[in-house]
Amino acid sequence: MIEKPETLDNRPQTLDRPSSREAAHRPSFIKATLAIVQKDLSAEFRSFELISAMLVFSLLVIIIFNFALELDVKVRESVTSGVLWTTFAFAGTLGLNRSMSVEKDRGCMDGLLLAPVDRSVIYFGKAISNLIFMLIVEAIVLPVYSMLYNVNLFRLDLLGVILLGSIGYAAVGTLLSTMSAQTRTREVLLPILLFPVAMPVLLASVKACNGLLTGAEFSEVLTPLNLLIVYDVIFVAIAFMVFDFVVEE
Amino acid sequence: MQPKPLALKILDIASIIALAVATYLALVFAPTEAVMGQVQRVFYFHIGTAWVGLLGFVIAAVAGIAYLITKDARWDRFEVAAVEVSTVFFFITIVLGSIWARPAWNTWWTWDPRLTTAAITELIYIAYFMLRKGIEDPEKRARFGAVYTLLGGISAPITFMVIRLFRTIHPIVIGSANANQEKMSMTGDMKVAFFFGLFAFTVIFIDLIWHRIRLGSLEEKVEQLKLKVSM
Repeated sequence: MIEKPETLDNRPQTLDRPSSREAAHRPSFIKATLAIVQKDLSAEFRSFELISAMLVFSLLVIIIFNFALELDVKVRESVTSGVLWTTFAFAGTLGLNRSMSVEKDRGCMDGLLLAPVDRSVIYFGKAISNLIFMLIVEAIVLPVYSMLYNVNLFRLDLLGVILLGSIGYAAVGTLLSTMSAQTRTREVLLPILLFPVAMPVLLASVKACNGLLTGAEFSEVLTPLNLLIVYDVIFVAIAFMVFDFVVEE
Repeated sequence: MQPKPLALKILDIASIIALAVATYLALVFAPTEAVMGQVQRVFYFHIGTAWVGLLGFVIAAVAGIAYLITKDARWDRFEVAAVEVSTVFFFITIVLGSIWARPAWNTWWTWDPRLTTAAITELIYIAYFMLRKGIEDPEKRARFGAVYTLLGGISAPITFMVIRLFRTIHPIVIGSANANQEKMSMTGDMKVAFFFGLFAFTVIFIDLIWHRIRLGSLEEKVEQLKLKVSM
């Protein structure tokens, strides 16, 4: 019989305190979120499935716009922001759809749900990786558009607006794609759900980008910009609160 | 199905009477407007249905939140009833507005902020029905519906605010109007017709929602019976 060692304060020896064991294994919110982002990025950078699809699609849409609208030099400046945002919206839908349906199909979602983390970690992780994919595509589309239509899009303020708009779009899009991935109609449903709800993002972004490109006063740009920021904050907060209800089984 | 409660029977009759009186007030009693003529009378119904439509969407968002908190199916039925009735009323609003617009603005439609927001809002709630149709599990359907009404309910006012800041040609009847916008002021008789119209449509709205909720409970019973039979 093994004698239990005596402790100095004569407390009974227990093997391991369960709470301290759990605490040691429970990852922090940020670490868990970054783990999900890392998973998505490493999966994507091996196959480039999503980004290549989104990219080729965006380029095709820009070319179609060339025929759909008479993009002569005078009209170009006023129409550029609309064309860009339409492209980003459609390409973004592609990316959001694929990103979520891949999780569902390969049973990855169940694995994520079993992990000992807050459900909102999954939301933030997916939203950030969706945002990164959108930003990568935008980073390639913008120079191509600049070249094709001889418009200078390399402006910090413009890039800032595009970033804010993408954040809002990815935030709502991730939540809605989680919902639509669980319906019968799947990919078809996401644009129908997303576009009306994401209208403020598209409206405000197009207005702000337009103002910047046509050289309007800063006060004209500030208003839609403020609304864009408000939208981003409100919808990230709502999605964070509501995501639990969308993934529970 | 439970027999119609007495209150509902009374409400049915009250709605019909209210609608008849509102129609009389709008078409006969109210004076003809000086600038626009007879077509202005559409306004009494247009505002009534618009008010009811928007009210219903707000109620639906609140019912959605209540469902998410309590998980009580009755809130879900209430939410579906509110969205369904409001979608129809709001569509009527858009059509009536279009009818008014043709003589007044010489166009059936314009991409003015308020109209654009109306179109987007209507599409949000049509998307709501498509979402619900795509889900078979009733509990999941209720949850997703609640989340979407919440998102839609918050997005629609923001959409309106985004574009409201830019000039509109839509008449601003209540509230301040600046020089860019058409002004409309109402005389006493017109105000009577207007406010009674609002009241009448609210009564009709409550009546229709009540009926729709009853229909919803019947639908649920049918679904349960179907499950029993198929097992």
